[in-house]
Amino acid sequence: MKPRIEVVAIDCLMLRLFDEIAESNMPWMLAASERLRASFAGQLIDLVPSYTTLMVHYDGLVLSPAQARELIAEALTDLRPGTRNSGQCHVLPVWYDLSVGPELSLLATRAGCSVSEVIRRHSEHEYQVFALGFAPGFAFMGLVEESLAAPRLNTPRKRVASGSVGIAERQTAAYPAQSPGGWNLIGRTPSALFDREREGYSLMQPGDTVRFAPITHAEFIRLGGDDTPQEALA
Amino acid sequence: MSHLLIQASTPLCLLQDAGRFGVRHLGVTQGGAADWLSMAWANWLLGNSPDAAVIEVTLGGLSVVAKADCSLALAGADLAATIDGQPLKPWRSFALKQGQTLAFTRPLSGARAYLAAPAGFVAPQVLGSCATVAREQLGGPDGFGRGLVAGDELRYHGIVQALRDIPREHVPVFAANPRLDVILGAQIGDFTGQSTFDAFNLPWTLDSRADRMGIRLLGPELVYQGAPMISEGIPLGAIQVPPDGQPIVLLNDRQTIGGYPRLGALTPLAMARLAQSLPGEAVRMVPVMQEMAHEQHLRYMKRFVCLK
Repeated sequence: MKPRIEVVAIDCLMLRLFDEIAESNMPWMLAASERLRASFAGQLIDLVPSYTTLMVHYDGLVLSPAQARELIAEALTDLRPGTRNSGQCHVLPVWYDLSVGPELSLLATRAGCSVSEVIRRHSEHEYQVFALGFAPGFAFMGLVEESLAAPRLNTPRKRVASGSVGIAERQTAAYPAQSPGGWNLIGRTPSALFDREREGYSLMQPGDTVRFAPITHAEFIRLGGDDTPQEALA
Repeated sequence: MSHLLIQASTPLCLLQDAGRFGVRHLGVTQGGAADWLSMAWANWLLGNSPDAAVIEVTLGGLSVVAKADCSLALAGADLAATIDGQPLKPWRSFALKQGQTLAFTRPLSGARAYLAAPAGFVAPQVLGSCATVAREQLGGPDGFGRGLVAGDELRYHGIVQALRDIPREHVPVFAANPRLDVILGAQIGDFTGQSTFDAFNLPWTLDSRADRMGIRLLGPELVYQGAPMISEGIPLGAIQVPPDGQPIVLLNDRQTIGGYPRLGALTPLAMARLAQSLPGEAVRMVPVMQEMAHEQHLRYMKRFVCLK
């Protein structure tokens, strides 16, 4: 780790911690986040973590850029990676099925294996939440096993069903709400991913870990899932 | 408690305030008034806090009827507003009597007008703000991101203030070909020399592809030679350059992270000015350093705050 501080905007600085996406970044990212929140305290407006960086948006009416740099430097002093368990671990139930995950067969073909093997490979790994973005509660997770990596669709869908679980390159994610989207869809979760009434709003937070647990159609329905086929939305 | 009845509206007539903060790490966009300065002035006219909830009217099409005598304030664009057909200029507070209609028709100068009410419009607070973001189903009169529609009733319950104008010397002028200050960002050295020269010496024209997420600028092709970027946080006013070389200035409703290289970011005053520009209009970009822009901004804000 070789931290750098970069100018972003009048009241924003970027703390760049790494140059590559890696699961091993996350304990450092979490530790740095905690330290930054503590050192900026009430002057922090937003802290946006993403893969290798932490964007610090502070109150520019109180802090000068120089003072903000000092606070960042202070936060990095003697930084130690967080313990592996400092983020929460979630289990997301997923109904893997062609009707809600139309790219299951494409991924199986690409990987040269069966659909059930795709499901096994996707659900056996514990993923890191690298960042949230694109939409409220949309968590970019990885890293997906190399054999399942697939580029985004050439033409994004206008409507991807809420709860859809997808893969893009070596990342996986679940759509918290219906939206446009270009990820390869493989299943659907009945879990509420973003809820304005819940403390913290988003089920997944940066630095959390996630496991996908295959469930049957009956369980999916029992958990409140909507099994409208993806095709019916397109 | 008084209220206004919305008689006609468009999808671009929105409840706004300063936006949502403390939730961007969850993928929630900032939102809020695109021209923060005009919103602040509209609120100043009524003695409100600068970020009290206002109506942002883009281009026109809003018409409201007063259900009781009230005093409101208008700042920002001149959208040929009328009260029962009589012209009403912005940058002042004004009386609207019971039954009178305030209507916004078309942009004469600027793009976005801000209508404020005593103590601000009452609106559901969602994640700390009433800012309307349709894409995220947050804010607005219903709390789920809906714009204003005919039949909506907006309430407020502040005390009526003496009517006043904004002192002439403080009224922002929306002169043609405005200068937009750009704080240089970390990737500036990764554009070709020709590109950085062109960016700050040739004129840019606002594309019609412009909304509250971003405004595309048309001009010379900017060539980025650096390594592909990993998505990272993007600030308000970021000028990102996608592979087609035509920059996009990111506004309040932008996504929270993105992976395009950036020239830098506009200053807050430049953002306020850009929010008042229309497609087809020209702007100039001028490079500035963060420290100096920050000092200048503090001086500007001091002047604003000291004004009673």
